[in-house]
Amino acid sequence: MIFEDYEKPTWLRMNLRAVVGRAYPRIIGANREPSWVFFETFLPILAVSAYVYFYTAMNAPDQFIGYVIIGGAMTAYWMNVLWSMAAQWFWEKEMGNLELFLIAPISRMAILGGMALGGMFTSTVRALSTMIAGILLFGVAFSLHDPLMFIGIFVFTMLALYGMGMMFASLYMLWGREAWHMSNLLTEPIYLASGFYFPIKGFVHILGQPGFWVAAGASIIPITLGLDAMRQVLYPAEVDGFLPLWVELLALVLLTGIFLILAKLSLEHMEKVAKREGRLTMRWQ
Amino acid sequence: MTKYAVELKDLCRTFKTRAVKGTRKKQLVTALDGVDLRIKEGELFGLLGPNGAGKTTIIKILSTLLFPTSGEAKVLGYDVMKESHKIRKVINMVSGGESSGYGLLTVDENLWMFTQFYGMPGKVARKRIDALLRIMELEEKRNVKVRTLSTGMRQKTNMIRGFMTDPSVIFLDEPTLGLDVNAARMIRKFIKNWIRAKPERTVLLTTHYMMEADELCDRVAIINEGKVLACDTPENLKRLVAQESTLKLEIRLVKDIRAFENIKGVKHFTYDHNINAGLTKLKFILDDDAIVSDIVSAVPKSGSKIVSVEKVEPTLEDVFVTLVGRGLVNDI
Repeated sequence: MIFEDYEKPTWLRMNLRAVVGRAYPRIIGANREPSWVFFETFLPILAVSAYVYFYTAMNAPDQFIGYVIIGGAMTAYWMNVLWSMAAQWFWEKEMGNLELFLIAPISRMAILGGMALGGMFTSTVRALSTMIAGILLFGVAFSLHDPLMFIGIFVFTMLALYGMGMMFASLYMLWGREAWHMSNLLTEPIYLASGFYFPIKGFVHILGQPGFWVAAGASIIPITLGLDAMRQVLYPAEVDGFLPLWVELLALVLLTGIFLILAKLSLEHMEKVAKREGRLTMRWQ
Repeated sequence: MTKYAVELKDLCRTFKTRAVKGTRKKQLVTALDGVDLRIKEGELFGLLGPNGAGKTTIIKILSTLLFPTSGEAKVLGYDVMKESHKIRKVINMVSGGESSGYGLLTVDENLWMFTQFYGMPGKVARKRIDALLRIMELEEKRNVKVRTLSTGMRQKTNMIRGFMTDPSVIFLDEPTLGLDVNAARMIRKFIKNWIRAKPERTVLLTTHYMMEADELCDRVAIINEGKVLACDTPENLKRLVAQESTLKLEIRLVKDIRAFENIKGVKHFTYDHNINAGLTKLKFILDDDAIVSDIVSAVPKSGSKIVSVEKVEPTLEDVFVTLVGRGLVNDI
């Protein structure tokens, strides 16, 4: 059997094809199982409803329902980064895919980029369903006065968040089975520290100066500032933002750069360590 | 000047095991111990050895997934440590029992996805996938989800994945492991035809199956405990034991196998009990034909009766047993 030869693609084109190739199973696979689609869209609404009823019972101002809905929608991305980005790299190793990714003549960042792109797509389906449920079931109203600012915040929150996911992925490559314990550990505390269901300025109101540092520390996770900034844009009159909007946007831009660079460096370093210690080729270590 | 597809010089690889519970002591396991090998471009080369011999470690080093502890490894002249990015453009790898890809995707989608990691344009990928699906008789399964495939079909899909990038050097790590006779035969036929079609293609195959190595390989290296014990064509390897005789005996299910131990002039022997058929198959490698009578007279002592006796020509298995000191099936 002799194959017809073809013009070899440029480095960029090859890596872009790899991004699309790796994003494909995420996008197609997630929507191929009807039960998954149901659970992905229906279950998050249940979690959000609990907080909505809690705030309603307390006669909290209406915008609090909106805060919860935005937090609930963004939960989808955080869960995706933890379980389908970071931990996924470990599962790829168990399935035998990681070896095949690593012997391909492409950048490892292209594979992670594809995972991120696919993950963003599936999480957006879940996030949108939460938003729509919020509007239809709970009558949440948003006032989008500055759509450009909102898009900017959303885009940089996503880039910084998935950059962080890429960095975690390379760490998880070495951690092996401890990977999902780490993901578990990072789930609930981050819900609290990042203010998924309340504005993080609340820490300052309750704890005073130490509360500021709790919120500042939690801001290392891009979703903290992303959520706060989105709430500020969607409820400009009501929300008491943690930092001025432009500072939060600038911080998100910085975090994007930092996490993408760290992801690349840690991936290269971890790959070297893994090849030296033989961890890429050992399963269930 | 001979061009080498693979060159290994004094290649060593050790692994640290996890610390034993209650201690902080880690053990050092030697997987490769000074391996020297040269595989010519266009060769179908076999690595034959038991589990843990170091076959897979060699493949992982050559496919740039593992660093050697010391020594040198090159693929088409490129060093695995310094030029791994060049190596990755010209190689591919298929392992037996591989479960790569995504079960939710169809055969077609999975294969397309892997072509994208090599930057293959859609039309080229389509043509290659079509051609290989036809050869592997998987055309009807192209739209079936991978998770529903049988082991044999799955391995054929893996083979297509490995070959569709048309690698100059392909590493096949026990590609017929656990397959039924027909699927294994088809894969062997495919490998043979693939290398015949373009003489500069090189295959490095590891296998447990002597027959497979004998049938397919231009040259075979027998490897055990990280060391190459012999390396030559199957014919030349068989000549190593040609002066010895091989005797096969089929007897009623043996009661006491020890009756065959310590017979003078028996270099090695292996056995295989078939409980359903009520038979034991024995294979002896002898220094001299004159010992046949001693073996035959040992049969009643073992509490059994002879069903058949056959003197056979040496096989790769005999070479293996002679060099390694044990067979792949039974350790004696």
